[in-house]
Amino acid sequence: MTIKELSKEEYLLKGHAACAGCGPSIALRLLFKALGNNVILVVPACCTTVIQGTYPYTSFAVPLQNILFESTAAAASGIVAALRQRKLEGTTVVGWAGDGGTVDIGIQALSGAAERKTDFIYICYDNEAYGNTGMQRSGATPYGAWTTTTPSGKRERKKDMPLIMAAHRILYVATACPSFPIDFVNKLRKAKDIEGTKYIHILTPCPTGWRYDTSKTVELGRLAVQTGLWALYEIEYGKFKLNPPSDRLVDEAKRKPIKEYLTLQGRFRNLTEEDIGQIQKWVDEDWERYRKLTSNSTSDSTLYGKT
Amino acid sequence: MSSSLKSRKEMPLTPLSSPSVGSMGKTGSWRTFRPEVDNSKCTRCTICWIYCPDAAITRQDDDSPKIDYDYCKGCGICANECPVKAITMEREEG
Repeated sequence: MTIKELSKEEYLLKGHAACAGCGPSIALRLLFKALGNNVILVVPACCTTVIQGTYPYTSFAVPLQNILFESTAAAASGIVAALRQRKLEGTTVVGWAGDGGTVDIGIQALSGAAERKTDFIYICYDNEAYGNTGMQRSGATPYGAWTTTTPSGKRERKKDMPLIMAAHRILYVATACPSFPIDFVNKLRKAKDIEGTKYIHILTPCPTGWRYDTSKTVELGRLAVQTGLWALYEIEYGKFKLNPPSDRLVDEAKRKPIKEYLTLQGRFRNLTEEDIGQIQKWVDEDWERYRKLTSNSTSDSTLYGKT
Repeated sequence: MSSSLKSRKEMPLTPLSSPSVGSMGKTGSWRTFRPEVDNSKCTRCTICWIYCPDAAITRQDDDSPKIDYDYCKGCGICANECPVKAITMEREEG
């Protein structure tokens, strides 16, 4: 598929309230281009509630329900059950939540829905902090990043949420980034056709919180992938597979130095050379793990055991 | 609920927003730099269209971009991503 084959229809209407250069807005447009308008979105407190605009107008031309922070997956489960009861098949239910609403506050409801195999797509758009309330640290904030609650840089590492979801043995887990639109659209379309809980984690750069120039949003997403800090992969029926361009980055020499990504952002200004060395070491460790997962998945066994 | 509702008016009091272009007004007024397209350089790759966070770039029938200055916030992603540098950012005057 190419970019030109994507639909010209827009279901995120212009004139919405997102900041200039907003990464999640690009992801939302791609979501509708992949799934069309036969979707019901469930959105907890996150930046998307801001993008919606103020009552009585909204920038979303699809049905969307706002729900409490911790209840995204629970509300989506209810909508899935109601659609089944009324025999309204063909409508995709999408839980669309930020990283705070997923890795910290919403993880309990999400874990429950995944365990019940509720048929819906859950998308976590990760801007690595609570952006909507002015950048407080979340469980997804990376090591060393400035936020308003970690003024000298966070001292803990980012949670590996996609692998937490893979441990639920759900049929589809993927990571993506709107800087690679075709990869993201393909993953959404694949997820739509699989029955059960699907989890997609996307990295969406945020110029306001990450402290960089608004024009660099797409470039930063691309750099995050090229430096290996963010890997594009999918775990389909327990088989781990790296997607292009990440599949070529298993070789350490092909990865760009992480400094290229870090120095573009004001939130990493406090990092010392030691910190950068430490982060690079963790990246290399992660890739060693991805390499092992890839080679394990090519044999008859999967992440969940023998097939 | 026993019977299905015929219109929104029959619904109990519900906070329900209607979709509209410009839900936050003319967001083009946020802009300090405006993107200008040089159509002679443009290769119709549609990359600016897919990456515009505000859906302010319309893909015309010949795949060339048309920028809606009423809603373009001037983030500059289109100019940064254009592979042939056909989009330049000019400072807004006045």
